[in-house]
Amino acid sequence: MALRKLPLGRRLLIVDLPMALILVFTLGPYLWMFITSVTDESKLFTEGPSIIGATIDNYTRLFRTVGFGDNLFDSLIVSCGTVVVGLSLSITAAYSFSRFSFRGKKILMLQFLLINMFPLVLLILPLFVLMRVLGLLDTHLALIIANSTVAIPFSIWMMVSYMNGIPKSLDEAAMTDGCTRLGALRRVVLPLCGPGIVATGIYIFITSWNEYLYALTLGGRNVRTITVAVQTLIGEYEVQWGLMTAGGIVGAMPATVLFLLVQKRLISGLTQGAVKG
Amino acid sequence: MTGTRLGRSVLPYAMLSPAVIVTLAIVFLPMLQTAWMSLHDYVLFRPNDFTFVGLDNFIAALQDEVFWISLKHTVIWIGVTIPAQLLLGLVTALLLNQNFPWRPVARALIIIPWALPSVVIALMWVWIYDSNYGVMNDFMLRLGLIEQAVPWLADPKTALGAIILTLTWQGFPFFAVMILAGLQSIPRSYYEAASIDGASTWRQFWHITLPGISGVLVTSVLLRTIWVANSFDVIFVMTGGGPGYSTYTLPLYAFVKARTNLDFGYGSALAVLFTLLLMGVVMVYLRRTGKAVQ
Repeated sequence: MALRKLPLGRRLLIVDLPMALILVFTLGPYLWMFITSVTDESKLFTEGPSIIGATIDNYTRLFRTVGFGDNLFDSLIVSCGTVVVGLSLSITAAYSFSRFSFRGKKILMLQFLLINMFPLVLLILPLFVLMRVLGLLDTHLALIIANSTVAIPFSIWMMVSYMNGIPKSLDEAAMTDGCTRLGALRRVVLPLCGPGIVATGIYIFITSWNEYLYALTLGGRNVRTITVAVQTLIGEYEVQWGLMTAGGIVGAMPATVLFLLVQKRLISGLTQGAVKG
Repeated sequence: MTGTRLGRSVLPYAMLSPAVIVTLAIVFLPMLQTAWMSLHDYVLFRPNDFTFVGLDNFIAALQDEVFWISLKHTVIWIGVTIPAQLLLGLVTALLLNQNFPWRPVARALIIIPWALPSVVIALMWVWIYDSNYGVMNDFMLRLGLIEQAVPWLADPKTALGAIILTLTWQGFPFFAVMILAGLQSIPRSYYEAASIDGASTWRQFWHITLPGISGVLVTSVLLRTIWVANSFDVIFVMTGGGPGYSTYTLPLYAFVKARTNLDFGYGSALAVLFTLLLMGVVMVYLRRTGKAVQ
């Protein structure tokens, strides 16, 4: 079971081949979607999707006639806004959890964990009512607030685990040298958990970018994120699969690229708790 | 001196308060509001009509045939998806833990479904299942598994199964990655010692690997159960619950009630019922994590 060298023939049969099959299962649908998106619409139903004679026609139509540019922009504002809110509120909270012991700490930490477990559907209705009362429906702010319900608790958990990895003796040394608590946080802890902050920020960005139900419920004509826009293609254009798959590829691209860039750090952050538990 | 001591005892709370206050405002109050709404007759297009009806919505739900259908589907859906994801994830993790030249590439690519928006996943699979041009029918016809094209998502008999396959596809990389991390935390010396003692690969798996990853297995099953139970966006986009009620699940039903029928009182009651049912799983999870927190 451990990492050891198998003879080449056996390895090909019991490792490479099954792994390749699993990858075909994993990436096949994605590739199929891409191939469909570059197939000429008229050829799609006669000859089926094909990479031969690839065209970016569907993509140009997406931006010229459907206005995908605006949707990308909306998603960008909402996602960046959520990252800013999520990180700024969670960093000091995480520092407090990581460095101090105080009354009610355990219960508070469990509260933040608990939030991640609650059904989103429980929050959608009251948030809708709230945004309507505040007149925030169909604004970027409404979506940023809604996405923060997920981002803040998650971000606190990630940041606590990163900060716990930084020895306490470092901030104590800084304080002996005359730093205040907050000075130690700013000058010692923050720079050291920089990579953790980036990873957490990117994860929040990806989840906000991919979020759909809040965007559907709280957005509208003015603010329509990319996920809602992609879904709208299904309804409005009956069988224009080329256009829809192109929309899917465009909508998935930013999050996928970011994910592949930071996946190592992200996964180690996400799995740490589970492996230790 | 007292000042600093006071400062020291206040500081942790001061640093926590922004996050706590915001969370109270945007999470806990809305949760309470859902509970409050569930006790009322509250339909959005009758805004002035907010009558207290006590547990009427809950009683109505328990007598509602669609509630029971949705509950049954939720159980089937979790009961099939999670084991399928776990098994496929375990096999993938064991493969990724072997020594082969393109391992880093495979490990990076395997998790792509994880980064995809659920809307895109739903759209992609609707296209795959398309009854006229979908690749699923093409594939199965060529293999001779079916004799004529099947409208996978439009047939009540196959719709739930089709969605379960999609969700399995979406979620198994999570298990693969978690289990792989667990596998890598098992010391190699255990296997070396076992080989010297002449233990077979199967016995090594049974006595070293499985106990070594059991913690990860339990945690990821619990975590994933909660996530899978909570997420319904893929189903919502793929079928909207249909045809008929054949792909309704509880959270989806609550959402549809509120969004389409604007019946916030009843929708809230369904959401609360669903949450109560899920609490059992959450409690088990918390008990485990509570130990880890200390």
